[in-house]
Amino acid sequence: MAELEKNAGHFLEVKDLTVEYFTKEKVVHAVNSVSFSLEKGKTLGLVGETGAGKTSIAKSILRILPDVGARIVGGEVLLDGVDLIALPEKEMRGIRGNKISMIFQDPMTALNPVQRVGDQIAEVIALHNEGKKDEFKRRAQEMLELVGIPRERYSEYPHQFSGGMKQRVIIAIALACNPALLLADEPTTALDVTIQAQVLRLIGQLRDKLGTSMILITHDMGVVATYCDNVAVVYAGGIVESGTREQIFDHPSHPYTVGLFGAIPNMNEDEEWLHPIDGLPPDPSNLPKGCAFRPRCKYATERCGEGPIEMAETPDGHQCRCCNLEAVIKGEKAK
Amino acid sequence: MAEKKSRGKGSGNSEFKTILKQLSYNKLAMLGAIIFVLELLLVLLAPVISPYNYEEMDTTAIRQTSSAEHLFGTDDLGRDILSRVLYAGRYSITMGIFSTLLAAALGMVIGSIAGYFGGWVDNVIMRFLDIIQSLPGLLLSIVLSAVLGPGYINTILALSVNGIPGQARLLRAEMLKVRGNEYIEASQSINCTKLRVIASHMIPNSISPMIVQATMGVANMIIMASSLSFIGLGVQPPAPEWGAMLSYSREFIRSSPHMAIFPGLAIALTVLSLNLMGDGLRDALDPKLRR
Amino acid sequence: MIRYIIRRLLWMIPVALGVAVIVFTLMTFCPSDAAEIILGSNATEEDKEILRDSMGLNDPFFVRLGDFLTDTFIRFDFGKSWVTKADIKTSILERMPRTFVLTVSTLAISVLVGIPLGIIAAINQGKLGDNMCMAFALAGISIPNFWLALLLVILFSVKLKLLPPMGIGGLEYYILPAIAGCTNGIASLARQTRSSMLEVIRSDYITTARAKGVKEFDVITKHALKNALIPIITVVGTHFGRLLGGMMIIETIFSIPGMGTLIITAVNTRDLPVVQVGSIILAIVFSFCMLIVDLLYAAVDPRIKAQYESMGKRRVKHG
Repeated sequence: MAELEKNAGHFLEVKDLTVEYFTKEKVVHAVNSVSFSLEKGKTLGLVGETGAGKTSIAKSILRILPDVGARIVGGEVLLDGVDLIALPEKEMRGIRGNKISMIFQDPMTALNPVQRVGDQIAEVIALHNEGKKDEFKRRAQEMLELVGIPRERYSEYPHQFSGGMKQRVIIAIALACNPALLLADEPTTALDVTIQAQVLRLIGQLRDKLGTSMILITHDMGVVATYCDNVAVVYAGGIVESGTREQIFDHPSHPYTVGLFGAIPNMNEDEEWLHPIDGLPPDPSNLPKGCAFRPRCKYATERCGEGPIEMAETPDGHQCRCCNLEAVIKGEKAK
Repeated sequence: MAEKKSRGKGSGNSEFKTILKQLSYNKLAMLGAIIFVLELLLVLLAPVISPYNYEEMDTTAIRQTSSAEHLFGTDDLGRDILSRVLYAGRYSITMGIFSTLLAAALGMVIGSIAGYFGGWVDNVIMRFLDIIQSLPGLLLSIVLSAVLGPGYINTILALSVNGIPGQARLLRAEMLKVRGNEYIEASQSINCTKLRVIASHMIPNSISPMIVQATMGVANMIIMASSLSFIGLGVQPPAPEWGAMLSYSREFIRSSPHMAIFPGLAIALTVLSLNLMGDGLRDALDPKLRR
Repeated sequence: MIRYIIRRLLWMIPVALGVAVIVFTLMTFCPSDAAEIILGSNATEEDKEILRDSMGLNDPFFVRLGDFLTDTFIRFDFGKSWVTKADIKTSILERMPRTFVLTVSTLAISVLVGIPLGIIAAINQGKLGDNMCMAFALAGISIPNFWLALLLVILFSVKLKLLPPMGIGGLEYYILPAIAGCTNGIASLARQTRSSMLEVIRSDYITTARAKGVKEFDVITKHALKNALIPIITVVGTHFGRLLGGMMIIETIFSIPGMGTLIITAVNTRDLPVVQVGSIILAIVFSFCMLIVDLLYAAVDPRIKAQYESMGKRRVKHG
């Protein structure tokens, strides 16, 4: 009972999610015991390097990991208290595209090249609504206009659209059934810089208009600052730090997060060099024991290599997975 | 220049090694290679290992089924079928290999001319290939062997013409892909002759799909060669050839069906082993499937 | 689109003429003497010479070629067989339907069995179903169809006495030829379908379809298959050519009086006019089918259709 009440506050709660990819020779630990929660109408930013497991987290929530080799090994994904991982496939299908939908990284390949763009929008509407074909078509046309594409282009094919236009179509598909949760997986990485801002603004406007909750996956701290309420920093398949946007930006406490901010040019100070993080992310099939960031961390001690590191609370009240928290905070202040 | 060349060779070599390594992972491909090599040995050593002379008739043992003396039985003239199948393999397999090699060589020349020069040269060559290819596969070879007459060499010629357009198109397509690459421009910029650019840069880089096609091509050519012999073109009896043997067995299909079994089995096994190798090669050359 | 089709149809005229010129030229090198075939080897050299003169065989090459082309393409007079004296046009009109029906039905069986087999293999990648389908397909491309035909005759006609071994008549006469003819096609289609399905299934737009909540069956049939079809259609096209060739041999084995037996008998008896006209007709039929294949591409893939349409505005470019 107490458990239920606790959950009641969270719209989405991910607990101990673990995903592994099996190949013939090895097991890749893509997502390791990831837990986070999201409140209704809020946006969570998942930040981290390429290959950190952010996309795997999003795909596990929708349960659309590739068939071959990928498996959700453990954990729960609770949406309004219902565990999606345990849901029968048929019911899960009713949720995909309807209650939860996703915007993909590469608009160039995410649309079916042999289907009319309008039909691709109408398809998702038809899947989750009762009604007539004309009605679906009309709503698909409305969706096109909503994302800024004239309805006359309903019958065109993806190859007739530019990258930015394709991403608009994908956004229309994702929002066509007015989902409660939108997973946006680096929605602008593959686009021209000039288009990026337009598309993000569109996503942000529609999110506010429709009251959608969102998980925004990105490696761009600037995007996080503009669109996210909460931030979770992902490193090597695990969350190393999470908190509100202000907490993370004002008091980054994990050495990795600190490093991420160091790698962004600061316009206020006249710096000659950026400060990249030394080394490379660990091989996910062969993660180091203890803290995965230890090999690259200048604060590393003996203790970091012993067993799993627990989340600790920072002075300003957000979560950080570091056993030398005080040393890091002190060290960063000294700079 | 010398340094550049040796580096190019080195990378080609290591590329070749990775492909071999990939291939060695593939058990089915290795099985195919082993079957094919064994078969090649058996066939080449036919004079040594075959129990009888392929022409030797034994009137006391006519149309016998398998026995200890005649493992595959005998035909209507009392000839040992095993010996004949072994000798026939020399014709069938070599016809397949030589016609493929000839087709690949000629296809390479034509394809590289078309691919390198482009423009009207390309256009004329491709339209000509269009016309040749509108005669569906076997028909072209049938017409050619009707003109050239039967026989081993003539059949190889008739078959290879059939394989030229495919190889030429393949090489042309690959070369068009390669032509855009910067190192071709680079070598042109240092005044390499056209022939040199074609021979030392473009062909080596376009060759891997050709190898796959050629492996499968040998299998296909063996079937075509035996088809031609089967309908009375190609190699003529009494010379043994798998297709000719099968054709001959039709007369006795009611009384002695065993005559139709073993030559066909030999074709099927050879083609199977080549296809296994070809599949393995294709997978090994496909970087997407590499581990 | 219509402009493209018209251009392609017009292009078939030079193709047919080209084939005719090539075949005719090749045939002049053929060691064959019309007079001897028609009059028999007992005829006197004088009689033979008179006949050759009257047939125009002593004319210069280009005159004969010109006569042949005008007869064939303008007067549609295909001439008479040297051996049987039968009118070639009549023989072809009588035999073409049989070959056509046999080839098309064999192709239909190949498509209807091969593509589903390939899909089953692809969605069960690495599992038992995949391995079984692929083992069957490997056997299918490795067993020459004329040998399979012989084996089928041995089993079903000689041993079991269920089906007739040769000739034409009711439907039962076509069962063995069709089975012998289709295994190759089933196998190559299954292999191509499997590999292109595997490639397509990994695509992002398949993930998009799944993320929309599309049923797995619809993901495969509606989204994946249509995208995988292009290389499959290519195989259908090339296979059609092989089938036309393979059917010639199968017709011979089962003594079906079709185009194949017509041409092969003519080749063996050096009956040049029949070989010439027969080859040209088969080439035209084949070109038609390749045109249909190219149009199927456009029907399946809007990108190819757009390409064709822009081509129609400029100029036809194949290959």
